[in-house]
Amino acid sequence: MNIMIVGATSAIATATARLFAERRDHLFLIARNGERLSDLVADLKVRGAQSVGTLTLDFDDFSTHLSAVTEAANFLQQIDVALLCHGVLPDQAAGEENFKLALNAINTNGISVISLLTAIAQRLRTQGTGTIAVITSVAGMRGRQPNFIYGAAKALVSTYLQGMRGRLYEHNVHVIDIRPGLVDSPMTARFEKGLLWTTPEVVAKTIVSSITKKKHTVYVPGYWRYIMLLVNAIPEFIFKRLKF
Amino acid sequence: MEITGWGRFPKVTADVHEPVDFSSLQMLLTNNNPATKLVARGAGRSYGDSALAQCVISSRFMDNFSTLDESNLTIRCGAGVTLDAILRVCVPRGWFLPVVPGTSHVSVGGAIAADVHGKNHHVDGTFCDHLTAITLLLANGDLLSCSPSKNQEIFHATCGGMGLTGIIIDATIQLRAVPGAFIQSHSLVANNLRECFELFENNQGNHYSVAWLDCLARGPALGRSILFLGDHIADRHKRPAAYQTRLGITVPFNTPGFLLNRQSMTLFNNTYFKLKRRASKPATVKYNSFFFPLDNIANWNRLYGAKGFLQYQFLVPKDSAYEAIAAVLHKVAKSGKGSFLSVLKKMGPANKNYLSFPASGFTLALDFKFERSLLPLLEQLDEIVLAYSGRLYLAKDARMNEKVFKAGYPQWEKFAEIKRKVDPKGLFASLQSDRIGLTDALY
Repeated sequence: MNIMIVGATSAIATATARLFAERRDHLFLIARNGERLSDLVADLKVRGAQSVGTLTLDFDDFSTHLSAVTEAANFLQQIDVALLCHGVLPDQAAGEENFKLALNAINTNGISVISLLTAIAQRLRTQGTGTIAVITSVAGMRGRQPNFIYGAAKALVSTYLQGMRGRLYEHNVHVIDIRPGLVDSPMTARFEKGLLWTTPEVVAKTIVSSITKKKHTVYVPGYWRYIMLLVNAIPEFIFKRLKF
Repeated sequence: MEITGWGRFPKVTADVHEPVDFSSLQMLLTNNNPATKLVARGAGRSYGDSALAQCVISSRFMDNFSTLDESNLTIRCGAGVTLDAILRVCVPRGWFLPVVPGTSHVSVGGAIAADVHGKNHHVDGTFCDHLTAITLLLANGDLLSCSPSKNQEIFHATCGGMGLTGIIIDATIQLRAVPGAFIQSHSLVANNLRECFELFENNQGNHYSVAWLDCLARGPALGRSILFLGDHIADRHKRPAAYQTRLGITVPFNTPGFLLNRQSMTLFNNTYFKLKRRASKPATVKYNSFFFPLDNIANWNRLYGAKGFLQYQFLVPKDSAYEAIAAVLHKVAKSGKGSFLSVLKKMGPANKNYLSFPASGFTLALDFKFERSLLPLLEQLDEIVLAYSGRLYLAKDARMNEKVFKAGYPQWEKFAEIKRKVDPKGLFASLQSDRIGLTDALY
């Protein structure tokens, strides 16, 4: 398969790319950090990837997105899977005080994804085939005090994906919304980890299998579906008092 | 955060850093407060406090492969790559690691730091005997390449050096071609320790050999054991060599420690011995069930309860090995404290590394659930080991004292001399290295 990965040096993307490489897939990787990207290319080749193309991209410069997708398509000839993994975890408290910080986080986690999705959807529609998989978050399902800037951006993407899924259905393009719970990765380095935490490797396995099985909305691990059912069932007059 | 080694004893609070690239790793060294000691940590599979310090640098994200040389069969990878990951790449190509320990979930950096050995030590030596090069990050921030022929002294101090010479960045490992991903294995029954020693002696020709030993058997059955032998073979059914994934089960939480007691362990050991005695026919088994039986059970260390466990692994020279091991088994059987994991292995000659554990002789590893009354017993065992000129394995240790260490590792002074050269300010130290007088006293 020919797979394009955005945010390829993120822990989840790297773990997933390694599984694709073992299947001897063709990969095109897009990331912010060129040095880490070239290390990853060597790694994926040893693991079995047939070919690996790369592009360094500033996700917040939306004007470059269309040409980035074109470059990926030229390298891969056909994009069978586009996996979007990039994102940042903003400092919630600082973002509430300083709108510029909130805007940056929403741009990277939300708007840049929509921009890339627009270019990818065009390409896949023309191809008449393909799968788009995007990593959002359970944080997008209800705004919570400690991370509603991040959550709001993820909710934006999830809602967009829901509508886009229908739009692309008749073009034989499949859309998957992957919602991880708590993942122990460099993005969450500053948190104490407990029982509910999972690893990028576990998320990666789920991503690969949900692409094969053409799932729609995937929670990783699966029990987050039920945790979020409970969280969403809490009445607002109680929820607004919760600090978690 | 609170961290432990694999034995879950001791528990300490440490700053754990997981640098994602080389520049952030270098920054950690340069920004470090000189009073804070650092130690590198791989997959967290050393049992005691070898990878515990105030500040711990994890190689978790230093896990990239860099090159695979298909003509010379070498692979170069970051220190955080696990042996399991290497097997995923090698096995389908018909290659194998020349030395694997009892779990595949160790990192390359950890395997080098502890200079691990496997069931083939009598034939192939240790893990580090198959390295063609390593890259080391020194305390001053410089990178140093070393190998058996380049910066040899630092190479031999780093192999088996428990991370005290610097941070291992990457390694190039010599692989070997094998006939297939399967092992022709058979087992032999020894009704006592003497028989077991004879079986080891008479089966030197097998590539792999190791014995499981019932450390609770007493009297005439003292040291009764099952010797497992194996060699690589191709699959009879001509299945292509494939990485073998495991149908694993997980121990989800700490089981109450009291479940492992003298009665339950005796019952387990009796049953296991009787079952294995019956099923001793030759068989073709998957490599992972032969080499890594416990990898099937994720977090098996939790079976020992919240207080954790200690593994006591010692080595005694060949000539007096029988007397020494019999004396240790007497003490253990009498105390009733042993458990189901006791492993006996005949080792080949030592290599040039200053702190490597293996040497000609026999090594016995015993697991003990942690309890306060265990420590005096282990001190008695130390005395036996010292009396027979033996040593304890640093990668398993959480409690040996300075005297036991220095008597067991006569080359420690040479090691300390090299350490002073590469790390003059004593940046790298672990709780273990301070305890055994290998670091703190130097400065």
